[in-house]
Amino acid sequence: MTRLDEAARERRVLDRIETARRRRPKLRDRHITMAHGAGGKATAALVDAVFLEAFRNPALEALDDGARVEAGGARLVLTTDSYVVTPLFFPGGCIGDLAVNGTVNDLAVCGARPLYLSCGFVLEEGLPLDDLRRIVAAMAEAARTAGVTLVTGDTKVVPRGRADGCYVNTTGLGLLRDGPPDPAGDVFGDDLPMDGVVVADDPVGPWPVGYRPPGARPAGPHPAGPTTAGGLGMAQARPGDVVLVSGPIGDHGVTIMLARGELDLEADLVSDTAPLAGLVERLLAAAAPGGGVRAMRDATRGGVATVLNELAMAAGVGVVVDEDALPVRDAVRGAAELLGIDPLYVACEGRLVAVVAPEAADAALGALRADPLGAGAAVIGRIVDDPPGLVLLNTGFGGTRIVDLLVGDPLPRIC
Amino acid sequence: MRFVDEYRDADAARQVAAGIAATVTPGRQYRLMEVCGGHTHTIYKHGLEDYLPETVTLVHGPGCPVCVIPMGRVDDAMHIARQPDVIMTSFGDLMRVPGSHGSFLDANAEGTDIRMVYSPLDSLRIAKANPDRQIVFMAIGFETTTPSTALTVRRAAAEGIENFSVFCNHVLVNPAIRAILDDPDQRLDGFIGPGHVSCVIGCEPYRFIAEQYGRPIVVSGFEPLDILRSIHLVLRQLAEGRCEVENQYTRVVPWHGNPRALAAIDEVMTVRPTFEWRGLGTIAGSAMRMRDEYAAFDAERRFDVPGIRVADPKACQCGEVLKGVLKPWECKVFGTACTPETPIGTCMVSAEGACAAYYNYGRFTRSRVREAAGLEMSRR
Repeated sequence: MTRLDEAARERRVLDRIETARRRRPKLRDRHITMAHGAGGKATAALVDAVFLEAFRNPALEALDDGARVEAGGARLVLTTDSYVVTPLFFPGGCIGDLAVNGTVNDLAVCGARPLYLSCGFVLEEGLPLDDLRRIVAAMAEAARTAGVTLVTGDTKVVPRGRADGCYVNTTGLGLLRDGPPDPAGDVFGDDLPMDGVVVADDPVGPWPVGYRPPGARPAGPHPAGPTTAGGLGMAQARPGDVVLVSGPIGDHGVTIMLARGELDLEADLVSDTAPLAGLVERLLAAAAPGGGVRAMRDATRGGVATVLNELAMAAGVGVVVDEDALPVRDAVRGAAELLGIDPLYVACEGRLVAVVAPEAADAALGALRADPLGAGAAVIGRIVDDPPGLVLLNTGFGGTRIVDLLVGDPLPRIC
Repeated sequence: MRFVDEYRDADAARQVAAGIAATVTPGRQYRLMEVCGGHTHTIYKHGLEDYLPETVTLVHGPGCPVCVIPMGRVDDAMHIARQPDVIMTSFGDLMRVPGSHGSFLDANAEGTDIRMVYSPLDSLRIAKANPDRQIVFMAIGFETTTPSTALTVRRAAAEGIENFSVFCNHVLVNPAIRAILDDPDQRLDGFIGPGHVSCVIGCEPYRFIAEQYGRPIVVSGFEPLDILRSIHLVLRQLAEGRCEVENQYTRVVPWHGNPRALAAIDEVMTVRPTFEWRGLGTIAGSAMRMRDEYAAFDAERRFDVPGIRVADPKACQCGEVLKGVLKPWECKVFGTACTPETPIGTCMVSAEGACAAYYNYGRFTRSRVREAAGLEMSRR
């Protein structure tokens, strides 16, 4: 057989695999395994077969970081997240500020201004009250920094051994503002009522491009989230666009791993947990949603690699990343090297990935870098039309490879 | 990062690639087997094949500890783990390896207590913390990891830790290489030798490959530049008509290995008459068991182990892949029925497995990747 035949045969096989890969995974398990919480295909299968099946509605089906809903004429984003990180306290933060920042960031990257949070505590009998005070103080401080108000909550206590000290759930409500930023630079406008039920001035228009009626499948090969009217959404990325990350990646995940003390490794490293609403505002002011910034995501569970894969599948585009351009601290690189994990897959809690039109790339990068939380921002890659749905890496060694979705979670209970 | 970056330097790689291009005979096909799964992983992770002429094919060998464990041994382990009061420990890679009735992860969801450890010594810590439980370490790996198991057993004996035992699945690399060389289907021109195994056993034991089978072998380090240089050394031997054991990994591998590690293995373990390998069948003298002196720490004697034999799933062609007869994508179930999420064969489980490495990193024809990534052919 000639080489050409072989290449053609290989390509046929690989195309078949791509088709198989894009099928929504089926839930075949009889029990919950750790994989169902890892954010990968097992999680997707669980959500599809159990939660979507029961709750099916247009807002949920978008399966985005937050749901776009409307109430009383206001367009809102609602999101919720539970935090089970161990240990409860780690360099750079604790479960408290993590629980505020994580939810705030989910709202921010949906293009909403975070306004209100709820918090639910599941406390284990025996948890030192001083620990709870420290956690709550960190939450209050994080909420102040992010400009959100904690308006309601719930407390439950379970017997010793039935929870790991403390679990926290936060739900966040944010106000979605459509259209380009106003000349003053405040994309959300300055007429925002900050108390009581939020009512926007302008009438609610039709739901934006990309939104799907119940049961309908998106145009792309994979269910894509809706966009804001400004054209923000994972499906909006197009060939030629530039991919940015707002700072060094993997700090949070590696910090937690080291803080567990199981590895006898030490490094001068702190979690990157931070609220990104201000950074997002700066970014959108410099590069308008749609024409400038096409998509944003905070790179939490599964890291930057997972975000890029979701992006590639949602928009039906390829993503090419330059390994040499990835900002990674030496301590993270070193620890990841020793642990045999790739920083691309390690969770961040204060970094966002943004896809920006090429003409807006300089302005976007400048805006990110002007903010202390984005000081380490970098252009890490670009969007290409072929191969659709795949992320490629130009390695520092000078080769190329695929960056696929990770199976299983190398670092469970990181947030 | 020191000791890493200098072995990942693209300029140096281009120079070696030029040397390789000048060494190969035009029109001649070369098939080189990297024995070690760690090498397979590095090759794909760094896109090393982009530097090779199209006439040089890398064949991914059997040196992935997880990939060679037969299903029956997984079932045996599961049987032990289901005994009352047992905590089984294992390396993370093993957690997803499918037995006849699911993996360790699935078993945990149904109530067994199988924990991931980073070192066998962690199992001793767990044993001390749980004196009323039986801790069984599922030991796997080539000569690289065998010494740490042996030292752990020695420490358990010295400290009188009675609730600890080892389910020993340690295997030997050379019997597997010999089995592959004896296979009439193989068409290999040379070998990239396993660096970590060689830290323990040295380079001498590979002599039979050069002398009896007439194939060159170069023991290689694990950074991409190490492997590229080793490929060059093998090709140079072939060009010059030589057939020797060479050591590229001199910064780590002593020619005669590590006598203390070998002594520790020899004290605690002895060679089994035969052992079943996934895909390769039963190979004589290819694995280790616990010596009678350490019978108290041998899980196979402490527990009633059924010794389950399970035929490999019919659809799975792991054996052909391990022998280098098939490329991963040529397997009938590759990437469709067998994926990293739902592996049928072990090669799809471990990050070092040929199929998993190809699926995760290389699942694309090289030419198309180069095109998309904007790599000029001249870059090679």
